[in-house]
Amino acid sequence: MADMSLNKTPITEQPPQERICNFKEVTLGYTADEAMKEAGRCLNCKNKPCTTGCPVNVRIPDFIAKVAEGKFEEAYDIIKSTNALPAVCGRVCPQENQCEGKCVRGIKGEPVGIGRLERFCADYMMDKQKQTVKPVSNGHKVAVVGSGPSSLTAAGDLAKLGYEVTVYEAFHTAGGVLMYGIPEFRLPKEIVRKEIKALEDLGVKIMTNMVIGKVLSVDELIEMGNEAVFIGSGAGLPRFMGIEGESLIGVYSANEYLTRINLMKAYKDGYETPILQSESVAVVGGGNVAMDSARSAKRMGAKNVYIVYRRSMDELPARKEEVHHAMQEGIEFKVLNNPVRIIGDENDRVKSIEVVSMELGEPDESGRRSPVEIKGSEHTIDVDTVIMAIGTSPNPLIKKTTPGLETNKRGCLVVDEANATTKDGVYAGGDAVTGAATVILAMGAGKKAAAEIDKYIKSK
Amino acid sequence: MFKIIRKKQLNEQVVLFEIEAPFIAAKAEAGQFIIFRLDELGERVPLTIADYDRQKGTITIIFQAVGASTMMLGELNEGDCISDVVGPLGVATEYGDNIKKVAVIGGGVGCAIAYPQAKKLHNMGVDVDLIAGFRSKDIIILEDEMKAVSTNLHICTDDGSYGSKGFVTDKLKELIESGNKYDEVIAIGPVIMMKFISKLTEPYGIKTIVSLNPIMIDGTGMCGGCRVTVDGKIRYACVDGPDFDGHKVDFDELMKRNSTYKKQEAEHVCRLTGGKKNG
Ligand SMILES: Cc1cc2nc3c(=O)[nH]c(=O)nc-3n(C[C@H](O)[C@H](O)[C@H](O)COP(=O)(O)OP(=O)(O)OC[C@H]3O[C@@H](n4cnc5c(N)ncnc54)[C@H](O)[C@@H]3O)c2cc1C
Ligand SMILES: Cc1cc2nc3c(=O)[nH]c(=O)nc-3n(C[C@H](O)[C@H](O)[C@H](O)COP(=O)(O)OP(=O)(O)OC[C@H]3O[C@@H](n4cnc5c(N)ncnc54)[C@H](O)[C@@H]3O)c2cc1C
Ligand code: SF4
Ligand code: SF4
Ligand code: FES
Repeated sequence: MADMSLNKTPITEQPPQERICNFKEVTLGYTADEAMKEAGRCLNCKNKPCTTGCPVNVRIPDFIAKVAEGKFEEAYDIIKSTNALPAVCGRVCPQENQCEGKCVRGIKGEPVGIGRLERFCADYMMDKQKQTVKPVSNGHKVAVVGSGPSSLTAAGDLAKLGYEVTVYEAFHTAGGVLMYGIPEFRLPKEIVRKEIKALEDLGVKIMTNMVIGKVLSVDELIEMGNEAVFIGSGAGLPRFMGIEGESLIGVYSANEYLTRINLMKAYKDGYETPILQSESVAVVGGGNVAMDSARSAKRMGAKNVYIVYRRSMDELPARKEEVHHAMQEGIEFKVLNNPVRIIGDENDRVKSIEVVSMELGEPDESGRRSPVEIKGSEHTIDVDTVIMAIGTSPNPLIKKTTPGLETNKRGCLVVDEANATTKDGVYAGGDAVTGAATVILAMGAGKKAAAEIDKYIKSK
Repeated sequence: MFKIIRKKQLNEQVVLFEIEAPFIAAKAEAGQFIIFRLDELGERVPLTIADYDRQKGTITIIFQAVGASTMMLGELNEGDCISDVVGPLGVATEYGDNIKKVAVIGGGVGCAIAYPQAKKLHNMGVDVDLIAGFRSKDIIILEDEMKAVSTNLHICTDDGSYGSKGFVTDKLKELIESGNKYDEVIAIGPVIMMKFISKLTEPYGIKTIVSLNPIMIDGTGMCGGCRVTVDGKIRYACVDGPDFDGHKVDFDELMKRNSTYKKQEAEHVCRLTGGKKNG
């Protein structure tokens, strides 16, 4: 008989007052007992609605049944058979819109904590992994551009099939957004490093400091004997609003702010990376990127941190858990406000941000109610730092240097249902194709592309 | 790892390194740059590719030890390795068609960046007047090299201890007014120098290219930190530049933005030289 409690088994977290002073992980994860208790809430539904919500079709009730029996390794193997990075997905998937959003237990009460259980299994197995054996080479070479989740998944799948895979990453460290975007307190970098090490054990070669389109072109990768190329170059260029004052000292794009902190470790003693010591920070935007920026600013010592978002709390696109955690940490939500201009002092350093209040009008094509300015409601908020987290557009570098590669009007690479681009032998996936999306969708695309690349090369 | 195979101290503060970087050497063009990271703890710092040798697979960088990262870099010796070097980044300098005569202007360590430009133009058969400015005689660098790639080399010092006394702007004005017809002016050096050169050439209608040096991180267009305002629009110096039309650049904004971390940098150097943080 299933455990019919309405709420998820509570999970231990660092108390808000403590965690805003460090970058350690906020959520500490289930113990074995807690995991087994939570697994007991699953009804093992015959038609498995939860799995339809998972972009990579994790066999959710099957693995949860193993957790309930305490067979954690078997549970892990089930997850791992369709999901290459469970320790990552368990932590960062927007479960409320995916697996957990479809769970029948969510109709009355809280859904089963699928993400938490997935994370538990991955963490449990973290140090118990069997040494990976390098598959026998099939003699075919494939190049992978970028090293975010889409590329890592494609590289792993291809390596398992025997391909000789080389990953080319522009930065000095592999991992993409998992390394430079999502903060340590949400996704410890050690986890990402372990996943990358596992790929290297599979024989994947990782070359950092390689900006494709500059040091080597896609055509050159093909001339070097790669029979196919996968492009997973991510979402790219940060957007600014085009308002007055965006060039003042103290205005950051979220990408820059987070890169300085996560990748360049500005928060750690010993590292050379400079970052402004902020007292009051306005973060413009309402997605995961905005929440991560705001919570990072708090941890860097800012007293007041505001989220400035033009719609209402209900429309915030961020993961629910992040919004909840941000509120606990004292981040103030100035919703239904839109920036008008940023005001500087005599030294051109940010002094305040002027915003206009908004109200929600009629629903637009996307079904969301679009915000409309309330005339005359302009007011200023005193801040010394503004972080723009309003989205990105794809980096044009690869497209510009690769004849035959087409992009759509938003600058995203055009692919068909096989993830093939308009250039023969070149495949793509992840944010470079969809625009900024999610880790799990990027992984799904990498997986699909790997299978298609295998078909393509075998049919040649 | 990138190995330093040659080190040459050009003056007390300016150092030349020749580094093994075969991938970069194969593609580098005048006007492009690299970003280095000394070690695990280091910042990412941009430096221009001053020269390259495709056969040997090496690139040359010339830098001035102005802050923590460049000071520590300068401490390395032949045989030592730099953890990361990425490039060639940025767009190679594009010259107008049918240019016959140009003035290339370098200020201080900017001469290291002006030099490859002069060399390329000289090899294209263009008449190159090179104006190199330094504070005083003892910090002059690359004199012989610059002489070899120019039709006329004019050295100016602020204090008159060598060459003609005065700023590079004075010399350029003199040359223009004495009847030299330049198709283009290329100015590389401190932002303030590039600003005044651009101001000088504007009334004469001489096309002026400047090489901007904002603070950078990734160098691939991802962070937006290197944004500059050109012709009223946001441009990213790492992917759209570093060269821009000097008559359209907002130099004052660039100077301000480059001073973002002045306080932190001073603390850094202070620690390096034995001072205490926050002390
Ligand atoms: C701050 C932040 C928080 C987020 N939070 C979440 C979350 O909680 N949950 C979630 O599901 N999603 C989240 N996302 C979105 C998610 O991280 C992305 O959708 C996902 O990482 C996309 O993966 P990708 O493989 O397409 O590209 P990326 O992860 O962007 O990786 C692309 C890689 O390619 C490299 N590259 C780019 N150009 C070149 C080139 N020319 N040559 C070589 N290498 C190149 C880049 O340096 C980078 O390493 C977040 C994103 C950000 C920025
Ligand atoms: C595309 C590009 C090419 C460059 N090429 C060269 C080169 O060939 N040789 C060379 O010596 N330098 C070059 N620079 C400048 C060099 O990157 C900076 O001097 C370097 O960042 C200083 O780092 P630091 O940590 O040693 O000093 P910091 O501690 O960062 O700074 C010390 C001092 O330098 C100033 N400063 C900081 N950043 C810059 C900057 N980007 N430009 C000018 N002043 C700055 C600061 O205001 C401070 O006064 C280039 C910059 C760019 C963007
Ligand atoms: S991968 Fe993501 S969506 Fe799928 S089951 Fe795991 S947490 Fe849910
Ligand atoms: S929908 Fe919920 S209760 Fe049903 S099988 Fe899936 S996780 Fe279990
Ligand atoms: S250095 Fe990051 S966008 Fe130019």
